[in-house]
Amino acid sequence: MASLSQGEGPLFADPSADRARAFFAQKPRALTDKLTSVADAVRRLVQDGDYLAIGGFGGDRLPTAVCHEIVRQGKQNLTLAGHTATHDFQILAAGNLTGRGKTIARCDVAYIVGLEARGLSPHARRVVESGEVECTEWSNYGLAVRFKAAAMGLPFLPVRSMLGTDTFKQSAAREIICPFTGEKLLALPAIYPDCAAIHVHEADRYGNCRIRGTTVADLDLARAAKRLIITCERLIPNDEIRQDPSRTVIPFYCVDAVCEVPFGSYPGNMPYEYFSDERHLCEWLEAEADMERYRAFLDNYLFGVKDFNEYLERCGGLQRMQALRQEELLLHRGR
Amino acid sequence: MELMICCAARLLEDGRTVAVGTGVPCAAAMLAQRTAAPSLVIFFEAGGVGPQLPTMPISVGDSRTFYRALMATSMADVMETCQRGLMDYTFLGGAQIDAYGNLNSTMIGKDYARPKVRLPGSGGASDLASLCWRILVVTNHDRRRFVEKLDFLTTPGYLTGPGAREAAGLPPGTGPYRVITDLAVLGYAEDTKRMQVLSLHPGVTLERVRAHTGFELAVAEPLLTTSPPTEAELIILREEVDPFGYVIGRCAK
Repeated sequence: MASLSQGEGPLFADPSADRARAFFAQKPRALTDKLTSVADAVRRLVQDGDYLAIGGFGGDRLPTAVCHEIVRQGKQNLTLAGHTATHDFQILAAGNLTGRGKTIARCDVAYIVGLEARGLSPHARRVVESGEVECTEWSNYGLAVRFKAAAMGLPFLPVRSMLGTDTFKQSAAREIICPFTGEKLLALPAIYPDCAAIHVHEADRYGNCRIRGTTVADLDLARAAKRLIITCERLIPNDEIRQDPSRTVIPFYCVDAVCEVPFGSYPGNMPYEYFSDERHLCEWLEAEADMERYRAFLDNYLFGVKDFNEYLERCGGLQRMQALRQEELLLHRGR
Repeated sequence: MELMICCAARLLEDGRTVAVGTGVPCAAAMLAQRTAAPSLVIFFEAGGVGPQLPTMPISVGDSRTFYRALMATSMADVMETCQRGLMDYTFLGGAQIDAYGNLNSTMIGKDYARPKVRLPGSGGASDLASLCWRILVVTNHDRRRFVEKLDFLTTPGYLTGPGAREAAGLPPGTGPYRVITDLAVLGYAEDTKRMQVLSLHPGVTLERVRAHTGFELAVAEPLLTTSPPTEAELIILREEVDPFGYVIGRCAK
């Protein structure tokens, strides 16, 4: 039998299921009204030094308002789960190397810096290449499994991926032998994030949530997180939840705050609601090329607005949202 | 670009499953569905299964990836479908590829803590390359990409050669299958698991392919010439698959 090796990267999250149980033992689970503003939710539920995870898939079903607010409130020294992190990473990186301290200090990397087909973010590159973000490597499925292990109340889960690669060498995973078959597997440590934010289509004031379309890793992430902020396109009556409980995919007892944020995934895509604003995302990427221009861009769109609604106004307001809704529904193609 | 998409599409057999990303792989799968593989099922790693793609997706998680789909599920569900052995093909790319089909999409440079260029990382690539049966790579062919030694081995090909994947613990029988470039179609020698040229695109010489490759390149017997796109393939590609030229480029029209 070959000797077993382990990744050399630092482990940023405590995988202990017992310590997670001790936390969850005192987490409130009463059916209470959790409706609040994004500013209040972030102030109370995101703390300096937290391990933070963002739901959705980068620029798809992104809790944009929470990401903005974290940077606007100047939260510091966060560890980020870099799971399909595209525009979310880009927003949070605006709190690094811009004279506002260091928002991202550590990152479990599966996918960062890039915005898929749109290219690499110059500022996200600056931040990571400067060495000020300590990184450990994983894969997208790897991080999804780490949330799943936590959602199951376990300290780890095995996978058959990442084996034999430098991705594994720079991770904090460990090779193990299956006690039944003798096969080599990779054990991935659970992530119980201190705080997670997820954007959903509909939620009631208690936090019962409905999502349409792909769920990415969010159903496990919601259950893994110690504190969870939900933003929703629409607040719905509790009675509507009770009429079709089969549609509830995140239950209230996982949730700490519910914020109604229409167009909350903008400039990302929200399935069946509105398409991504490629024009704005492109403008953001281009502004990053030059530091002076980027500071002015951030002052205009992020730091100079009081909330997400004002950001939407500066991005073209209802008229722009209407166009993106038509694009999502393919109405602009004559459908 | 059109030739590369056609080559990729022709490799996809009917009744199979393929995990794709945006761009060329997506265009290839769509073309295959409209030619020889109408019942090919497309998967996207964010959870889209069997969509009827109305346009080219921009993100592998955007709503196009599950438009009129058979299922909208989770990333773990898609990856575990691969892990159970149900995914026949996947398409990958990267900044660097070596003779064994290992890929780098993590960083350029020598020092992990201070990369010269930080790239996105594995994303789902390392997972798909570990768990799908056949790995296809579509990439431009130049010495910067086809290197003797990767700066970082993000995603497993045949690792160090025969038996290495199995020794590492990866599922047996999986591995790199084809590399489609702007110059040639390449495969892997059975005995060495090293890349070899299978066919040259029309007008391309073997010398040119070797000049654009940073490692020693074997040649399959007999060395073929890639069939150019047929008129039917081009019409479908230009009019149905990518009418707005997102992938094939507007200049190609």
